Amino acid sequence: MQRRLKSSAIICVGSLLVLAWRPTFADEFTPADIKLWQDEYLVVVKQGRELFTSDKLGTNGVACVQCHPNAANTHPETYPKFQKQLGHVAPLWEMINWCIRNPLEGKDLAADDPRMIALQAYITYERRGVKLEPGKH
Amino acid sequence: MSYMNRRDFLKSSSALLAASTLPLSLIEIAYADTSQNFTFAYISDAHIQHIKGKEFVRNWDRGLIRAVAETNLMDPKPDFVMFGGDMGQLGKREEINHGLELLAPLTYQKHFVIGEHDYYLDLGEYWQKIIGPLHYSFDHKGVHFVVLNSILTYDDWTYNRWPSAEERMLQMADLDNPNGSPFMVGEKQRAWLKQDLAKINHATPLVVFSHSPLQKIYRGWNFWTEDAEQVQALLAPFKKVTVLYGHVHQIQYNQIGTISFHSAMATAWPWPYPATYAQAQSFLPKLTVEMNRADPFFERDATGWQYIDVYSGHVREHYQLAENTRRTVAFNPKTGQPEDTRYQAPDRRLLSQNHY
Ligand SMILES: [Fe+2]
Ligand SMILES: [Fe+2]
Repeated sequence: MQRRLKSSAIICVGSLLVLAWRPTFADEFTPADIKLWQDEYLVVVKQGRELFTSDKLGTNGVACVQCHPNAANTHPETYPKFQKQLGHVAPLWEMINWCIRNPLEGKDLAADDPRMIALQAYITYERRGVKLEPGKH
Repeated sequence: MSYMNRRDFLKSSSALLAASTLPLSLIEIAYADTSQNFTFAYISDAHIQHIKGKEFVRNWDRGLIRAVAETNLMDPKPDFVMFGGDMGQLGKREEINHGLELLAPLTYQKHFVIGEHDYYLDLGEYWQKIIGPLHYSFDHKGVHFVVLNSILTYDDWTYNRWPSAEERMLQMADLDNPNGSPFMVGEKQRAWLKQDLAKINHATPLVVFSHSPLQKIYRGWNFWTEDAEQVQALLAPFKKVTVLYGHVHQIQYNQIGTISFHSAMATAWPWPYPATYAQAQSFLPKLTVEMNRADPFFERDATGWQYIDVYSGHVREHYQLAENTRRTVAFNPKTGQPEDTRYQAPDRRLLSQNHY
């Protein structure tokens, strides 16, 4: 334990040296940075689209896209919202798991599973530009 | 009948609405030659999906099994059943065989339209061997019926683009695939259609079946037929023409000139209306009162099948909806277009018919 703390301290000192060598501040980002971050996001969107159209999320070969072309009728802009059948206010990922369990006959993904994050990145990307209306039915 | 219902009923005393609330047997009397009256059932988009061995996706199986069971209980009995295409999901022999097995209990004569999910694996080879031709016509009690294969596409896409038949099928099976290709009837089949119609009197009621809409609604999902206008031009001389189509898994109807258009619900699953895809523009006919928004917690919600009568020479389509109130869309001779007999007026629509 102590040894691990010591080595962390060394890494911290090392990082500080790097920072001192090339200082950056929170308010400094360039168009190149924005492009980089946007590209990172789009990579995950693409992974989400692949999962959305694949037969790998469930056990019966059914894919999300079979019922939701271009992720239409998923309404990410309305979540979290009260789901009568679940009996509580649910976030989008909980409904995605409902679909994975039922039409896809598969197993739930954890909320922070990279695949769940990718699915949400894709679904919201297809709905970009639509105003947020949490709770809407 | 509650006070509200009775008042609504009295208020809407139009013959059309009153007729829709009467038992079907009474509607028949309205026409002179009742011996010629007939109905037929229309079942579409079963999407039977093979998993492995003898396993198929249970949900889609149930939709077709239910439609077949209910069709067998119909009164009056239909003269025949039309299957509207997309029997399978990936065109596999297992899927077509299993679909036919589930349709076998039907006690009526059957006719078939081919869908893209049945075609793009072997280009209709097995279908033609076991079911029949991809386009044909027949006459029944004074109505001329035509079946078209409307899901053909450009030869280059079909023959030169894909490394295997399986890959081609997968590419066409994804509705929203940007690497897909638009549907068409094609020049050869249009020439056949022209010849077939040449011998038919223009006063004969004409009913045309296609899998894709013979009108242009949204190209991105192939709610579309590339040569729709050319096909419409061949149908236009007839006084009473109806085009019935599957593929869209939702209620649509329209009137273009003398041609009425009606869609079929799927037995498998519903599709969103194209306008709900925020990144594209669709041309859903303004006339259409949309189906109820699907509640996924009810497995069969927004699925169904339909039975149809052509008593007046125009189509009256009765949507048999598994989890919703049934709907009837019928040609209204006063307005010259198909209309929902209950929900057409904007103030009669349901909250759940609002899609976004
Ligand atoms: Fe279909
Ligand atoms: Fe189709």
